Amino acid sequence: MDFIQEGFIQAIKLLVNRDPSTYSAISATLRSSTLAMAASLLLGIPMGYILGYFDFRLKKHIRIIVNTLLSLPTVFIGLVIYALLTRNGPFGEAGLLFTIPGIAIGQTILSLPIVIALTATAVEGADRNLRITLMSLGANRKQIAASTLWEVRLGILAAAVTATGRVLTEVGISLMIGGNIKWHTRTITTAIALETSKGEFGMGIALGLVLLLIALTINVSLVGLRRRI
Amino acid sequence: MSVRMERNSNSEHKGIFISVLFMLFISLGLMLCANSTQAAEDKEELLMATTTSTDNTGLLDYLMPAFTAQTGIDIRWTATGTGKALKLGENCDVDVLLVHAPQAEIDFVKKGFGKDRRQIMYNDFVLIGPPGDPASIQGKKVRQAMKALRSSNSIFVSRGDNSGTNKKEKTLWQLAGVPIPEKETWYRQSGQGMLATINVAAELNGYTLADRGTYIKYESVAAGKPVLFILVEGDDVLLNQYSIITINPKHCTNVKYDMAQTLSAWMANNEAQKLIEEFKLLGKQLFTPNADQE
Repeated sequence: MDFIQEGFIQAIKLLVNRDPSTYSAISATLRSSTLAMAASLLLGIPMGYILGYFDFRLKKHIRIIVNTLLSLPTVFIGLVIYALLTRNGPFGEAGLLFTIPGIAIGQTILSLPIVIALTATAVEGADRNLRITLMSLGANRKQIAASTLWEVRLGILAAAVTATGRVLTEVGISLMIGGNIKWHTRTITTAIALETSKGEFGMGIALGLVLLLIALTINVSLVGLRRRI
Repeated sequence: MSVRMERNSNSEHKGIFISVLFMLFISLGLMLCANSTQAAEDKEELLMATTTSTDNTGLLDYLMPAFTAQTGIDIRWTATGTGKALKLGENCDVDVLLVHAPQAEIDFVKKGFGKDRRQIMYNDFVLIGPPGDPASIQGKKVRQAMKALRSSNSIFVSRGDNSGTNKKEKTLWQLAGVPIPEKETWYRQSGQGMLATINVAAELNGYTLADRGTYIKYESVAAGKPVLFILVEGDDVLLNQYSIITINPKHCTNVKYDMAQTLSAWMANNEAQKLIEEFKLLGKQLFTPNADQE
């Protein structure tokens, strides 16, 4: 049990002393998850909006598929992306294996279904009367669509927060695609896995606390953003 | 609802929301660009797949900065079992391997995946177990020890990951003339690296096979309070040879064969060999250099 206490002290030491390997892991985590979140928000918000707003054939089927993809195991994503990115694989030429953008591709696949599903749910849940009210006020279709998007902004924010949490904390993709290479693709989570397997529990706890601190920072700034909008 | 309706008809707020989003994406884009230019400016880099023991013990963290300082080559490594390391080499995902499964390595070169194989260093495997030694293997010859383990039903933790150590363990069961265990309740396959597996064995109060280097690292992490002790050691079959293998450029056209050769030659030179000899934890030497001098 000593190591929990030790972990707290060590976490503070690592941050205060600007421990280079810890900062390198923080940087790797932030870079891959930022890339992944940018890609999944850019793709996922429009897709989720279309899925939630419009009625079309096969809508229910697509919804079921998206919801199923919420259960994609990270190690499975890692394996599939490895098969695609290995030198002998279809995208081997790109040289993305063991790189941060490679990890980001896997994490995008992880977070995309979350963004799509939660955005669609938010859009579906928007007040039905809103559309009617807007119509009666003489709004055209474009204005109705834009107002609906505006109305569900907090739902979209929630989708982004949830997906970010998932991306920040995953291990399987980072380990399989990144290879846990020190100074390059060692993220906070793969570093925790490594330290734990080495029996350095204190260090593992310290890194876990650092990750939580990052999550806290992100969420505090989002609360700020939420107040403004 | 109607109150918020009035608010959201206010296009000023909408403007802020959209511009915040916009700025977010712009900054992300900038980060991306900065990222890729940074990657382009990187020094020449060499990618190595290696076994967990060389990484877990800290040997590579200790040795590789000297290599980078002298050659300007930025080396990166991914630590995994020898089985997967060989697979990464076969798939052309790495340029060079540092592994320890001689027979599998020779086959790897024979199949045309590897080009040159050079012995670098060795240590030895040791059978470690709990203090009470319920299977009473202490001091036995390794073959007798394996037989005793088999018949004692004491927990034995295997790597179970086709790593060099796992291959050696299977060989030892065979040498002892007993079937390789698989589903027996006392036989636990951890599927993890060497240090992790020692820790699993320690938690289960079981036996395991480890390389001496990783065992010393375990002792050092345990800060003088190790749960497991060396019970069997010093047999010829327990020799653990580490070799470096360059990937065959004929098999993988993308590999950095010249840089891999530079590393292979550097590891065998006097200075690197001396560094390996001087690498110690708790005052104990972890690896013994044995490269052929050219």
